[in-house]
Amino acid sequence: MLNIDKISKTFFAGTVNERRALVDLSLHLAEGDFVTIIGSNGAGKSTLLNAIAGRYTVDTGTLEIAGRKVNKLQEYQRAKYVGRVFQDPMAGTAPNLTIEQNLALALRRGKRRGLGPSLGQKQRERFRAELESLELGLENRLSAKVGLLSGGQRQALSLLMAGFTHPSILLLDEHTAALDPQRAALVTDLTERIVAQGGLTTLMVTHNMEQALRLGNRLIMMHEGRIVFQATAEEKKDLTVPLLLEEFSKIKGASFDDRALLA
Amino acid sequence: MIGALELGLIYGVMALGVYLTFRVLNFPDLTVDGSFTTGAATAAALIGAGVNPVLATLAGGGAGVIAGIITGVLYTKGHIDGLLAGILTMIALWSVNLRIMGKANFPLLRAETVFTPLKDGGLLGTWAGIGIILVGVIILKLIVDWFLSTNLGLSIQATGDNGPMIRSFGVSTDFTAILTLAISNGLVALCGALVAQYQGFADISMGVGLILVGLASVILGQAVLGQRFIWVATFAVLFGAVLYRLIIFFAMRAGLDPNDMKLVTAVLVIAALLLPRWGFLKKIPSLKDRGNRARSKDSPAEPAVALTAGVGVVGAEEAEESSGGAAGAGRE
Repeated sequence: MLNIDKISKTFFAGTVNERRALVDLSLHLAEGDFVTIIGSNGAGKSTLLNAIAGRYTVDTGTLEIAGRKVNKLQEYQRAKYVGRVFQDPMAGTAPNLTIEQNLALALRRGKRRGLGPSLGQKQRERFRAELESLELGLENRLSAKVGLLSGGQRQALSLLMAGFTHPSILLLDEHTAALDPQRAALVTDLTERIVAQGGLTTLMVTHNMEQALRLGNRLIMMHEGRIVFQATAEEKKDLTVPLLLEEFSKIKGASFDDRALLA
Repeated sequence: MIGALELGLIYGVMALGVYLTFRVLNFPDLTVDGSFTTGAATAAALIGAGVNPVLATLAGGGAGVIAGIITGVLYTKGHIDGLLAGILTMIALWSVNLRIMGKANFPLLRAETVFTPLKDGGLLGTWAGIGIILVGVIILKLIVDWFLSTNLGLSIQATGDNGPMIRSFGVSTDFTAILTLAISNGLVALCGALVAQYQGFADISMGVGLILVGLASVILGQAVLGQRFIWVATFAVLFGAVLYRLIIFFAMRAGLDPNDMKLVTAVLVIAALLLPRWGFLKKIPSLKDRGNRARSKDSPAEPAVALTAGVGVVGAEEAEESSGGAAGAGRE
């Protein structure tokens, strides 16, 4: 479903601030794969998601989604294939539009937007049914402005909007990090349900190792723009947080040794 | 008084255009000062050349569409700041407008205009005339309401509300921004064409400071009636345009000079922006109170909106100083 072949991305190339955010990175996801990504700050996790979504263009390498090369497509053109939820609960919805208007916008992902009515009885019924599955009572507040909702509610709505049109790939960028533990747990549960129901191919960045181990069927660890550790579905079952931390410090130590040697 | 009402309704067309950019797209568009005159100049020149006045009026609107597209392309493809993009087009249009008219003032006194049938029927200046103009403007308002409720219109609303979000759902925000600027300036130029025919001449300086008139209409109207729904917001804009004309009418009657009107307009806009923030309007029970009070309590987004509105107006005043100083007395 997703084929990433040796992509690289360097920011501020040729200056003292040069930063190699992605280095010859390759990753292949089969349909229905749910991959969690961990790594320290600046490892390139968010850059990877931005490169897939088209917010950044990559310097080298190819990106293929659902069998189609998307390197040259702009962000809004890739939106047909890519659903996204951001870390900031405010980022995924339009606050001054109503819940039903936001859903109507999401429903037309990748489709032509013409002079047809954006909302009708049929859509409203569908929205009500979808919102009921969130169990937040939003199905009775279709015409409320989204700006009135709490962060957790907005993130749940963002998740629904990103997933309910079955995009080829769903990108989740630390989407529970800005929520309090209770809401985070709720959104995490919801993520599992939406991904499982839709059989969505998913990439999820998280800082929470426990979450990274519990969710999904594969796990990758990134460091300095590379994938430094991968666990398949089988291997992932035996992984624990201490084992991951050990793996993590091994890699950090190794890169430190390299640098120490060079110095 | 009746003249002020007629003029207010006609200027409502311009206010609808300013509403689209200023409120819906969240873009302070200064092109308006130029495109208004472009519409007037185009219509006047065509009517002078013997073209059917309805066609000439539509051509005036079309010229505004082109002006809007230019600002839109500068802003989106050229990555020029929105305020500056509008100023650039506005200044360039000054020369274009003079070329179109061939002179600084183009009289239409004996020419046949879209208002000639009303005049001949003795309706202009009567309540019946106001009724006819009102019907025309309301139809235009309903078209704007309908357009904003379509899939395309909704994506324009989302572009102004959260651009990155709507891009992630597959909308080219460059396209929606250019389209909105085109429609907005089309309406503004259409209004210019109508005003030129109503007052019997097109003048190179008739658009100077117009953005403030537009903002005054939008902000005044929505301060009184609110903007909870689109159909309320567009109605409030028309109401604001008429209210503005009435205030100007009474200010003149109170003995102020037409040349003082720019100052009056600026003070009006400032008052309409600041008074609600100081809770002044909350003391008056009105429609606005019911519509917006709950929102301003719960939504932290409200002060930010007011803030950008302030920025737009500051920019407008600066622009007026820079371009309008040379022009001297304006339309009033």
